[in-house]
Amino acid sequence: MDKQRRNFLKVAGATALAGITAPAVVKLTASEAMASSEHAAPAAGGHGEVEAPTGVRLGLVIDMRKLYGKPELMDKIIASCNKVHNIPHFENKKDEVKWIWKMPFENVFPEHSSYHESDLSKENEYFALCNHCDEPPCVRVCPTKATFKVEETGIIAMDYHRCIGCRFCMMGCPYGARSFNWFDPRPHIKEYNAEFPTRMRGVVEKCNFCGERLAKGLEPACVEAAKEVGALIFGDLNDPESEIRKVLAENHTIQRKPSLGTKPSVFYIV
Amino acid sequence: MIEKVLKGNSKYWMWLAFLSAFIAVGAICYIRQFIYGMGLTGMGRDLTWGLYISQFTFLVGVAAGGLMLVLPYYIHDYKAFGRITILGEFLAIGALIICLMFILADIGQVVRGLNMVWHPTPNSMLFWDMVVLWGYLILNVLCGWVILTAERKQVKPPKWIYIFVYISIPFAVSIHTVTAMLYCGLPGRHFWLSAITAPRFLASAFAAGPALIVIACIIMKKVAHFDAGKEAITKLTTIIMYAAIINAFFVCLEFFVGYYSNIPGHMHSLEYLFFGLEHNGHVYNNLVPFMWTSVFLCFGGLGIFSYLKITKVYNELLIGVGCAAIFIALWLDKGLGFVMGGLVVSPLEEINEYIPTANEIGVTLGIWATGILIVTLLYKIAIGVEHEVEA
Repeated sequence: MDKQRRNFLKVAGATALAGITAPAVVKLTASEAMASSEHAAPAAGGHGEVEAPTGVRLGLVIDMRKLYGKPELMDKIIASCNKVHNIPHFENKKDEVKWIWKMPFENVFPEHSSYHESDLSKENEYFALCNHCDEPPCVRVCPTKATFKVEETGIIAMDYHRCIGCRFCMMGCPYGARSFNWFDPRPHIKEYNAEFPTRMRGVVEKCNFCGERLAKGLEPACVEAAKEVGALIFGDLNDPESEIRKVLAENHTIQRKPSLGTKPSVFYIV
Repeated sequence: MIEKVLKGNSKYWMWLAFLSAFIAVGAICYIRQFIYGMGLTGMGRDLTWGLYISQFTFLVGVAAGGLMLVLPYYIHDYKAFGRITILGEFLAIGALIICLMFILADIGQVVRGLNMVWHPTPNSMLFWDMVVLWGYLILNVLCGWVILTAERKQVKPPKWIYIFVYISIPFAVSIHTVTAMLYCGLPGRHFWLSAITAPRFLASAFAAGPALIVIACIIMKKVAHFDAGKEAITKLTTIIMYAAIINAFFVCLEFFVGYYSNIPGHMHSLEYLFFGLEHNGHVYNNLVPFMWTSVFLCFGGLGIFSYLKITKVYNELLIGVGCAAIFIALWLDKGLGFVMGGLVVSPLEEINEYIPTANEIGVTLGIWATGILIVTLLYKIAIGVEHEVEA
């Protein structure tokens, strides 16, 4: 717990620092970009890109190796998110509201070949959730700024009170990460959590990386629920000393649809 | 001028009553949707736009189609369109009002609609669409009204109005371009992610809008003694022909890009629309009959027009049938196929077929009827003024 609090303080400190040093960072990025253009630099977007960090960018690594053969654990993780965020349960698939859920490999990674796929990916399901993209198309298309990027953390957040329910963000999101409240969600909440607001009918919602819990120094609910096996690693992608960066350095990870240039902040070890 | 809508024969009142019945049904359906939520529609989590947005998209085209009258008349001084240019402007007003109603019907929190104004967001194409749609609506109301008033007084329209007429020309193009940009800038939506979307929209608009005007002219000749003139109608059919051919050409190009590149995402929607999409042993094909009807009607309409051009026959019944065929073909293509075909494969690679609910269809018909009613009233005014001037 103590370590988590320290981590959080580090994130907060880095945020403040980023604010002060932003001009310098921009300068650095600019010159680096120019320098790299002399070589045959990889095209922008996707894994190959060199990115100079600016500020805090929270991200998540999903270590599927620790979740294979454990669907109950995955359900527990999903349930913890549902409970914390008052996510309603609808029987009808078209009315569903989902923040984090599981799906077959071919649905989560449609751009990866599943021809003669491995037994592992045939037999297991994978987590899908908002990627908190660095270049979020949902934010680009929203006509009211009801969905926006929190500059201090890189989280893509929602203002449920400003959203007009046009669902343009759901069109823009290439990951199907967003849900719309087709009906009043309140009667469909199983266990009410007074710590988090319920939503009304007619607005869009999605994973918020537990911004409300981070503010209290807590880890995201899913990360906490996966603690027993350490399957989810959460942290600042821009901090070279962070645990998530170590995991990323030591393992080969993949992202969902990297070719679209959205720069997802969620990585998978499969 | 507005008093002209109050005088009419029994047919006129019957027509208004007929439309009002649909409007009443639509209003009840909308109240239901307003109370219970958008869940009453056939849309869902993985298929989030449906009939409302597709009708909106099609009708923006109908509104833009009026340009094919305004442009020849005001820029090229093509006198034959003198009597009917006002019809193009008034059709645009009706179509734009329908468009705005469809947008309101489609948003989940309609009482917050003004957030688009309180929090203007220039990076959103929806914001720009609002700007150009309202702009074009206001321009058409202004130009239509001022020019008609001048005609009634049998004086030349004031010079300043021509500034707004000329501004309205790029606006007509912009409404449909920006509407296309709602679709063609979204990553991961392969069917829409095509630079040809906007030109294709414009081509189909320049066929569908004039086709509707020709149909209205033929009907009004029978019921309201309004003769648009042989030359004007013939010229319009030529415009419709070329625009419909260009649209068909663009559709063929989409087929080439999809199938020659052999990229699955680019083929899925076309496959679903025209042949049925097979997935896990199930073939999804509920739009196939509609799309082939569209193809058949489009080429049928073009065939009728070609026959009329080659034989130099002027037959209003045949012209009406040709225009109706092309209008319906383009409605099936854009008012159904474009949006639903693009959405059938979700970003999670699941197939979702869309079937609108009765409530949703009720709202849709109600909105269409409202628009047709508005256009009827506006045309009544326009023709009333023409008759007054002639008398």
